[in-house]
Amino acid sequence: MTRLLSGDLPRSRILALVLLLIFLGLAFAPFLTSGARPLNTGATICVYVVLVASYDLLLGYTGIVSFAHTMFYGIGAYGIGLGLSSVDEPTWTAALTGLGLALLLALVLALVVGLFALRVRAIFYAMITLAVASSFAVLASQLSDFTGGEDGKTFSVPEVLSPGFTLVETEVFGRSIDGKFLTYYLVFFGCLALFLFLLRLVNSPFGRVLQAIRENEFRAEALGYRTVVYRIWANCLAALVAALAGALMALWLRYVGPKTSLGFEVMTDILLIVVIGGMGTMYGAVVGAALFILAQNYLKELMAHGSAAMEGVPLLAAALHPDRWMLWLGVLFVLSIYFFPIGIVGKLRLRSYLARR
Amino acid sequence: MPEPLLTLSGVHTHIGQYHILQGVDLVVPRGELSVLLGRNGAGKTTTLRTIMGLWKASAGSITFDGQDITKLATPDIARLGIAYVPESMAVFSDLTVRENLHLAARNGPMDQARVDWIFGFFPALKKFWNYPAGNLSGGQKQMVAIARAIVEPRKLLLVDEPTKGLAPSIVQSLIAAFRELKELETTILLVEQNFNFVRSLGDTVSVMDDGRVAHAGSMAALAGDDELQQRLLGLSLASHQ
Amino acid sequence: MSASLPLASTDTPLPAAKRDIAPLLLIPVLALLMLPLVGSFPTWVTLTVAGLAMGMMIFIMASGLTLVFGLMDVLNFGHGAFVSVGAFAATLVLLPMRGWLEADSLLLNLGVLGLAVTLAMVVTALLGWAFERIIIMPVYGQHLKQILITMGGMIVAEQLINVIWGAETIPLPLPTSLRGAIFLGDAAIEKYRLLAVVVGLVVFAVLFLTLNRTKIGLLIRAGVENRDMVESLGYRIRRLFVAVFAAGSALAGLGGVMWGLYKETLSAAMGSETIVMIFIVIIIGGLGSVGGCFIGALLMALVANYAGFLAPKFALVSNIALMIAVLMWRPAGLYSKSRG
Repeated sequence: MTRLLSGDLPRSRILALVLLLIFLGLAFAPFLTSGARPLNTGATICVYVVLVASYDLLLGYTGIVSFAHTMFYGIGAYGIGLGLSSVDEPTWTAALTGLGLALLLALVLALVVGLFALRVRAIFYAMITLAVASSFAVLASQLSDFTGGEDGKTFSVPEVLSPGFTLVETEVFGRSIDGKFLTYYLVFFGCLALFLFLLRLVNSPFGRVLQAIRENEFRAEALGYRTVVYRIWANCLAALVAALAGALMALWLRYVGPKTSLGFEVMTDILLIVVIGGMGTMYGAVVGAALFILAQNYLKELMAHGSAAMEGVPLLAAALHPDRWMLWLGVLFVLSIYFFPIGIVGKLRLRSYLARR
Repeated sequence: MPEPLLTLSGVHTHIGQYHILQGVDLVVPRGELSVLLGRNGAGKTTTLRTIMGLWKASAGSITFDGQDITKLATPDIARLGIAYVPESMAVFSDLTVRENLHLAARNGPMDQARVDWIFGFFPALKKFWNYPAGNLSGGQKQMVAIARAIVEPRKLLLVDEPTKGLAPSIVQSLIAAFRELKELETTILLVEQNFNFVRSLGDTVSVMDDGRVAHAGSMAALAGDDELQQRLLGLSLASHQ
Repeated sequence: MSASLPLASTDTPLPAAKRDIAPLLLIPVLALLMLPLVGSFPTWVTLTVAGLAMGMMIFIMASGLTLVFGLMDVLNFGHGAFVSVGAFAATLVLLPMRGWLEADSLLLNLGVLGLAVTLAMVVTALLGWAFERIIIMPVYGQHLKQILITMGGMIVAEQLINVIWGAETIPLPLPTSLRGAIFLGDAAIEKYRLLAVVVGLVVFAVLFLTLNRTKIGLLIRAGVENRDMVESLGYRIRRLFVAVFAAGSALAGLGGVMWGLYKETLSAAMGSETIVMIFIVIIIGGLGSVGGCFIGALLMALVANYAGFLAPKFALVSNIALMIAVLMWRPAGLYSKSRG
């Protein structure tokens, strides 16, 4: 087990329990739940875990603030989407070609932005990535002939993954082994693999250098590490993983669009999750993503009830309206930066550490 | 013996995790030019910055003119009559020479007589009066930095390595300026690495090493004692020519 | 003792006071270069005025941010919130006083606009003051947290706008006497754009004079370069911070009102929509430089307008392309005030 987790153990019994629950929940989601919505929640959690974990590589481990992460996520998604929608018969070849091109684009962009901007101050880099990402988003929605514009594109997936397909006739534990089922496990195992890869990365010598750079760049340089090279590597790797996450999401949704892949909302979601979950922990992404997506899906209902109950009170009703989900998230975000800077995982580990002394 | 103007007692300063000052005891007598010697990394600049409040002492006390200034904020320390000329000179490049001095003249418009007196040491300042200070050479910037510190009378001047990298001719102007300031009863604490520059100027000398004052005494005694110099030479009283 | 050595400086000739005007020349050069490409003079005039007007508004919005960053070393990723709040606050005057807006009298129109702008600036100044004390002060010097927390602040502010003013966009028609255009020969110049240019120039002049002719301006300019030294000269510069922040927020509010009228529509997201342009402008201009911000804003808007006419597909990325081009020439922006 330790080998599998690359030596990065939860170090807190509560955390280990939570992680186990999340893992089991996701692994057996098709059997534990029925209906489209919970499965969708599960797949979204899987993808977001990887998306946020790859961002944590940049932010938590290397100390780089980038707003271009959703751009790479979107590139991966569009790679699959455009690949599959450009042919009449959805084939694996089409999908993989699209994905390959997307990964290439992501790599090139990450390299270019990195080479250009990682030499400058962190603030500059943050602003430049914001500008680049928003330009990209504008391009994606404006070049509608190519990308499907604002509405995005729906497409069909290879036969094995399509809803109509069934692998075996008999049902297993009451669930039919259909395309949706298979897609779910593709997403699940793909995300699991990517997450374990990231875990391995941050616990390798490479990962340690990244952390050294985050702590004290001068010293790292003095010790002989060419920090620019390392940061560019981190940038590229994070971008590639994000792109792969995007690709998996696209396969699941059978749809790509600027709002779901490139919007600023996704970026803020990532930031929220990584801060609340705990920066620089990887597991923070798991706990944070699970909490966030679950809350996003089910809390909104609560808010709707609350809003209806507050019908008469003017501002309160509006504040509790489910569309104002972001308001409460924003408040939680600001509060966690103040009072909760180490995030949930950090807090749990700290408690466990203090308890052991 | 009148009370010293500035006293440091057991001052410790930490910068991040680094323990730079490890119990500095320093006495700066009134009206004298005290020299703080020591090699790079001994803690001289840190001492000045700690006096100025730019870095906070983690332990010990600093007394100026009878008042404990250890915990005061930098602007308040400055207002008590201490002027600081940092090693980097910290001249405002975008501001003209005139504006640099104008900013330093807190108590109202600059006294023309005083300014003329400054021009006497540093004629270049008169020439470049309305030029952005960033356009000046290193030596001229040093003149601006010092002029800022003396444009109004101050009780104590903290000067950090003013002669570093300067042409000998400018060094002469500095010596003349310091001499006259002493005559005007200004107390000066001068950090230097160039012993030959200070041996004729200084009255008191303290030698720092590893965050502490290793030797304190009169300059005359040190200047006349070759053997003592040799011993402290292990602490690199470098003679930069 | 070499008393005979002359002091070197009295012999060397005076160097010319270097005035870095190359960036300033970019604007007229660009405009003139575009004239033959655009072809028709009247169209060129319209495009140029449109660019200048848009640039002025962005300058007004961005000027506060660049000063705040230069002086306080705080990057306020929530600056867009003041743009939105300013615009919405203005509606508190403009909507009830609709009559004055619709009257065909320049005096009444300008009057109600003046009132609206004053209210907007007061509200955003107060909000800025609160924002600085509550959200930013606890995280001085921690850039990462500043970025995150100010973004969070902006999200909250925008959502609160939705709570208070509702979630739909609010249409904001131009005042009657400012609608339409005046004609210089064949060239049509929209009246509102002319007003925007005038206001922008006034704001720039006020900022310029304050920075260069007053003691406070002196403190700000020195503080942008070296805060420690200003404190060592005896000034409690941190007290100035809040004032500068509030002033910057008020300017953003003013910009927001003007932008809202320009687009004739308000939405809570207008702040985050303009923030990218604002960032590009202050990067181009150089963090901390008001002059650079001015030139950067005009450049960006002019390029966007010319590109929109000449090569619409390119116009989508013209902002980024301009930013890259400028950074290649001057990596720290047109006028860099960076501390060593």
